[in-house]
Amino acid sequence: MIGALILRDVRRGFTGAAWLPVAFFLLVATLIPFAIGPDAKLLGRIGPGVLWIAALTAALLPVERLVEPDRADGVLDQLALHGVAEESVAAAKIAAHWLAFGPLLLVAAVPASALLAIDASSLMRALAALAIGTPALAALAVAVAAVTAGLPRAGSLAGLLLLPLAVPLLIFGVADALLLEGAVSVLLTAGAPFVAGAAMRAART
Amino acid sequence: MSAALRFDDVALKRGGRLLFDGLNLELGPGQALQVAGANGSGKSSLIRLAAGLLRAERGRVERAPAALADDNLALDRELPLGRALAFWSDASAEPLAALGIAHLAQVPVRFLSSGQRKRATLARVAASGAPLWLLDEPLNALDDEGVSRLAQLIAAHLRSGGAVVAASHQPIRGEWRKLVLGG
Repeated sequence: MIGALILRDVRRGFTGAAWLPVAFFLLVATLIPFAIGPDAKLLGRIGPGVLWIAALTAALLPVERLVEPDRADGVLDQLALHGVAEESVAAAKIAAHWLAFGPLLLVAAVPASALLAIDASSLMRALAALAIGTPALAALAVAVAAVTAGLPRAGSLAGLLLLPLAVPLLIFGVADALLLEGAVSVLLTAGAPFVAGAAMRAART
Repeated sequence: MSAALRFDDVALKRGGRLLFDGLNLELGPGQALQVAGANGSGKSSLIRLAAGLLRAERGRVERAPAALADDNLALDRELPLGRALAFWSDASAEPLAALGIAHLAQVPVRFLSSGQRKRATLARVAASGAPLWLLDEPLNALDDEGVSRLAQLIAAHLRSGGAVVAASHQPIRGEWRKLVLGG
């Protein structure tokens, strides 16, 4: 059931415009040179940080589609009746959300790095940090989606909740502290299913 | 064989309001129970309580593995009906035929009428293989033909040792025990 759920959510992610977060990511990366000016040295210095800001916003974009439709349509209820724990549902959703946006985002980081005049070695480090950090972004997005499911204006609330929690990822990701980045990523990814699971149970009426 | 569903001195509170208290109930294999009562008397809540989706204020609820059909479709709108049901069960072909919607298996769920959707949720319950069926307003949106097909399906399920709880205003054909809430 868990495998089927991951497959289903990945399929829904891709049919529900998986390119949208990635397009958004590229758009942010495109806007920065216009805003800062074509100073390659400056761009190269802030480039990795911009990649992270863009990744954060891209992870946040589909947050309203992650849990709320399944709650409203009774899918979560049916999964509970099939004996699937809410925590397992959340873990499956995190895996599926990452698969739908993580790999694509890493690919999109390559053209984005050209726009931001990031050199090859910084790009490799940024890609490694993003590869380590994006699962935690997916986990945060699902947890926040579960906490805000069913609330009015859940999207904006989700942003307010998610962005502060993502600050450690941002700090260690930009600072190239890959071990610390990995530690934070593991912590968030491991904890998020329990937060999301509890939220799904509490949201049941 | 033990009971398919047992309520032991159960109380349920919803939104600060006590819906029922001291409810005792035992449903064995081959038995069917109709839950009736005025609007807001707690029929749907009783079904969700039996499904384990709500927690009782007091008392104990025990049940066999159950399948639930309520107003929520829980099928992917963009998929053909056959594939959407296949997510929940591999054995949906026969129930689809039994409910007279086998010809819709290739039609995307979003094009189905409300009566056809109701039949689809009932087909999921029949395909689940669970001994206990929990049906919330199963007759809603069904036409006469659908109602009689559902009655046949329930009769076959009861004959094979299953149990059914249905929250419904209207009686369903067959032999049903009746529980009236808020009386």
